[in-house]
Amino acid sequence: MPWVDACAVDDVEEEDLIRWDHDGRTYVIVRSLDNEFYCTDGLCTHEQVHLSDGLVMDNEIECPKHNGLFDYRTGKALRAPVCEDLRTYATRVGNGRIMVLVG
Amino acid sequence: MSKSTTPIGSELTVRDYSLTGANTRQAIENGLSAAEWYHSDVPRKNLKSLMKRRDAPAIRDTVIWIALHFVFAAGGLYFWGRWLCVPFWFAYGVVYGSACDSRWHECGHGTAFRTRWMNDVVYHIASFQIMRNPVNWRWSHARHHTDTLIVGRDPEIAWMHPISLILKALAFVGIVETWTSLKVLTRNAMGNLSQEERDYIPESQWPKAIFWARVHIAIYAAVLVVSFVLLVSGAAWKSLIPILLIGGPRVYGCWHFVMTGLLQHGGLAENVLDHRLNSRTLYMNPISRWVYWNMNYHIEHHMFPMVPYYSLPALHELIKDDLPPPNTSIWDGYREMMGSVMRQRVDPNHAIRKSLPPTARPYREHLHLAVPERNTGLEIGDQGGT
Ligand code: FES
Repeated sequence: MPWVDACAVDDVEEEDLIRWDHDGRTYVIVRSLDNEFYCTDGLCTHEQVHLSDGLVMDNEIECPKHNGLFDYRTGKALRAPVCEDLRTYATRVGNGRIMVLVG
Repeated sequence: MSKSTTPIGSELTVRDYSLTGANTRQAIENGLSAAEWYHSDVPRKNLKSLMKRRDAPAIRDTVIWIALHFVFAAGGLYFWGRWLCVPFWFAYGVVYGSACDSRWHECGHGTAFRTRWMNDVVYHIASFQIMRNPVNWRWSHARHHTDTLIVGRDPEIAWMHPISLILKALAFVGIVETWTSLKVLTRNAMGNLSQEERDYIPESQWPKAIFWARVHIAIYAAVLVVSFVLLVSGAAWKSLIPILLIGGPRVYGCWHFVMTGLLQHGGLAENVLDHRLNSRTLYMNPISRWVYWNMNYHIEHHMFPMVPYYSLPALHELIKDDLPPPNTSIWDGYREMMGSVMRQRVDPNHAIRKSLPPTARPYREHLHLAVPERNTGLEIGDQGGT
């Protein structure tokens, strides 16, 4: 499984997220308040709305459509109307870049 | 305001509002369901700060809300038997039977408080007060946001055609809705979910829906028992007090939430994909805004449901140049809405279409016009400034 260069560290603001598309799939890269980076699938498991317009708060992403909540560290669905967890992907940081282990 | 000369949404001859009927199929086939909606432009930086959650405003409002329950109930009981008790029960009715609607709504979205359990607790209390199954309505409201006023998809359309003005007038005294709500809760409590409920509630949530219906019905049964015991023990009119306190306000105190709720989409267009065409923003007095938790900014709420109620005025300021002019008062809103509703009784395809300010981006009609079977030959693109 390849590590893929996703974006620069500075592309993502603190406690925020950006969309990242790769190889026909879409993801979000999340930066936590303590500057950890996470990657999850980009589409909400409820109605496939992109999470990139969502809100990052504590360890959670809130979906912009119906306020469903996910823990972005584990992908766990935390509040209806989301019931299905998000897939998450390992990340690592090097030379100011964020790498994602896709697969 | 300009009135539409041609239908704004779809030209439906018969409207089937059920969620499993012909219009449901049509909406899905036509791409009106789960579609892309118009959004005003808000820079991400501004939106992030507007979406920020705080506990303080909702804690303050909730403390006041709970305190008002006690104060007004105490006044009603203290002056029992005198005319002076009437204004207290009237006010108690509004804080119980109307303010619960907006608390249910905001906490259902999870935006009122920053702390999740606080949203959940107030959501359950408010759901009980308004006699809504907290599980069913969470899902029906999600659908309302996905498919706002899409016929056959939105379970929360208040003004269904043909419009019965008698039923609408009766809604202000809540008798029909209370009876209907109790029937639904009882049916759910017996383990029975309707075909429609099964359509919009995922199967994994059905046991929860049944559980909460049982909790609600058990509390109402207990209230009735206490009232009956008081009656047979000679309390006469005082035996009504338990019902006036719990359950009854859904009837005698709902008028305010009905008054504000009917304005949200009344007289506006069905089957469109631009909230500026199917939702109404209006200004209103501060007391109504407190009871209603700022849902008078309804276009803003539908475009950006993650913005909490206390930030909606700021969002309104930011995007108002892209929105139709708000109605200036509840009265003004009713005047506009009822004019359109009366026309819709004759021509259900009629809808209000307000002129947009010159600064606004045009209505995005192509989003709903450029769907299969309804492609009118219009070019996909903006069709002018209003
Ligand atoms: S699409 Fe994400 S919560 Fe509904």
